[in-house]
Amino acid sequence: MTTAIAAAAPGRPTVSLRIVMLIGIWAVLLAVPLWLPLLGGYTALAGRVLVFGLAAMGLNLLLGFTGVLSFGHAAYFGLGAYGAGLTLRYVAHSTPLAMLAGTLLGGLAGTLFGLLIVRRRGVYFAMCTIAFGQLWYYLAYSWNGFTGGFDGLRDFHRESIALGPFTLDIAAGGDTFYFFLLAIFAAAVGLMGLLLRSPFGRTLLAIRENERRALFLGIPVARHIWLSFSISCFFTALAGTLYALLNNFADPMALHYSLSGYFVVMTVIGGMRTFWGPLLGAAVFVMLQDYISSMTVNWMSFIGVIFILVVLFFPRGLLGTRRWLKV
Amino acid sequence: MWQVIVFNVTNGLIIGAFYVLMALGLSLILNLSNVINFAHGNFLALGGYLAFTLSPALGYWGALLVSPLLTALIGVAVERLMIRRIYNRDPVYSLLLTFGLAFVMQDAARYIWGPNGLPMGLPAGLAQPITPSLFFITWYRVFMVTIVIAAVIGLFAFLRYTRVGLRIRAGTLDLETVASLGVNVRNLRTFNFALGCLLAGLSGVLAAGQIGLNPNMGDDLLMPSFIAIIVGGVGSLIGTLCGGLLIGMAAALTTVIYPAASEAVIYAILMAVLLIRPRGLLGEEGMLS
Repeated sequence: MTTAIAAAAPGRPTVSLRIVMLIGIWAVLLAVPLWLPLLGGYTALAGRVLVFGLAAMGLNLLLGFTGVLSFGHAAYFGLGAYGAGLTLRYVAHSTPLAMLAGTLLGGLAGTLFGLLIVRRRGVYFAMCTIAFGQLWYYLAYSWNGFTGGFDGLRDFHRESIALGPFTLDIAAGGDTFYFFLLAIFAAAVGLMGLLLRSPFGRTLLAIRENERRALFLGIPVARHIWLSFSISCFFTALAGTLYALLNNFADPMALHYSLSGYFVVMTVIGGMRTFWGPLLGAAVFVMLQDYISSMTVNWMSFIGVIFILVVLFFPRGLLGTRRWLKV
Repeated sequence: MWQVIVFNVTNGLIIGAFYVLMALGLSLILNLSNVINFAHGNFLALGGYLAFTLSPALGYWGALLVSPLLTALIGVAVERLMIRRIYNRDPVYSLLLTFGLAFVMQDAARYIWGPNGLPMGLPAGLAQPITPSLFFITWYRVFMVTIVIAAVIGLFAFLRYTRVGLRIRAGTLDLETVASLGVNVRNLRTFNFALGCLLAGLSGVLAAGQIGLNPNMGDDLLMPSFIAIIVGGVGSLIGTLCGGLLIGMAAALTTVIYPAASEAVIYAILMAVLLIRPRGLLGEEGMLS
């Protein structure tokens, strides 16, 4: 088994190197409030990187590790955001409940829709995900009274969490809220890592590498792709709830297919077939977007050119290139 | 009441006609090259803007003829420079590429022609209503539908009766065999892409006369066109034609009864088709899978 994996992934770093890398990644993430202000950044920006990074990593479970292309993941992200926002506004002033409701809303919508399209493949699958994703955009856009329509859902605020004798004061934002986001991110990413190491995760890789062969080995391919789609939607929806908490706001653009495109390009910039690639891609993309949109009104051209350049000259992404060069 | 119904039926016919032209172009490119052209709506806008710029020099009729051809020419350049590089790669790259292209083209249109809407001048006779009792049916609307019908018949005749058309249809079914028979598949794909852009450019000129020009005028047509393709069945151009008309009419008729649901009904049709007949109305099982 181990040799088979090593053969399938040439240039895979040794175990000790990977442990050093992991420690490095978490150290950098934990120390964000120390080093980011020195570079002229602000903590909310780091929070955005974590949120988009988690969404893109959730997408990558499907895109990079199952080999199935969804171009509509913003739908589940946005449903997560609206689910959390609506819960906080109309149901209860409870952050954990809002997160649970948003994650369930986005995840279950994805699970049900996955049933409909699981037998489609390739571009056709992608087209169905795009088209269906826009349904939620129009719904949020036109259901003015309930969702706030074009202006977005306002008038809700993330609430502090009471943990027995302690109170986790995340309402104010700042470093406490960043560490709260990081804790959720760590739990989700840990779960994702375990999932990919499990026999289930290995089966997904087998489907990605050779779907027909997997089918002949007796693997229920359609069911696995459906499960992968569903799980990936749950992770992206969780990221969406964090997005609503981060901004105290949910807008229809969180459901729009251009955000789906951003998730895909983040994943590709970082490296589709790598675990941490989407986080790195999200960091690069969020920083670039923040910088460019502060510099010029023609930011759309720059973002578009980034898309084109990445596709034409940099398809393997940052981490993918490293592995490709066998460093 | 009957006026409201006639009004919405003609609206549905016109919206459906635009969906059909957009979706046929998208479908051509998708079938032969396996590329979803996100920038298709921007080629539509480009066609409209070119007509706007050319019409003072060439007149409306000249612009109507020339600007779709120019749009197709720009399509050739785009295909040669960018799109052909990703034909043999994972579909994720073609989606990202055309998605980025859509951003660039939209921003370019905004930069060149300005962010605000522009009116498209029409020849005097076309703006008149046909009869006073049906004041909303202008000659322009009749003219638009006629042009769309002519374009669709022309396209199908072209694909049916010419050598290139035959090759495009054959390539849709099995491109490898077509290539091994000595057909230059690279040029065929370029031509096919240009043909799709031509249709987009034509609908752009027509749409400009109806709704005016703005940089993202094609965006609202893109999603319904995707849905028209899925509903009609991927791989079937006749299916795309039916899908476009079906959702255009359905949306317009829903407007009579309950305006807020006119978008939702399109998605309801999409869901119903995916649930009951996943390959689409006239699609073949296994296309593009």
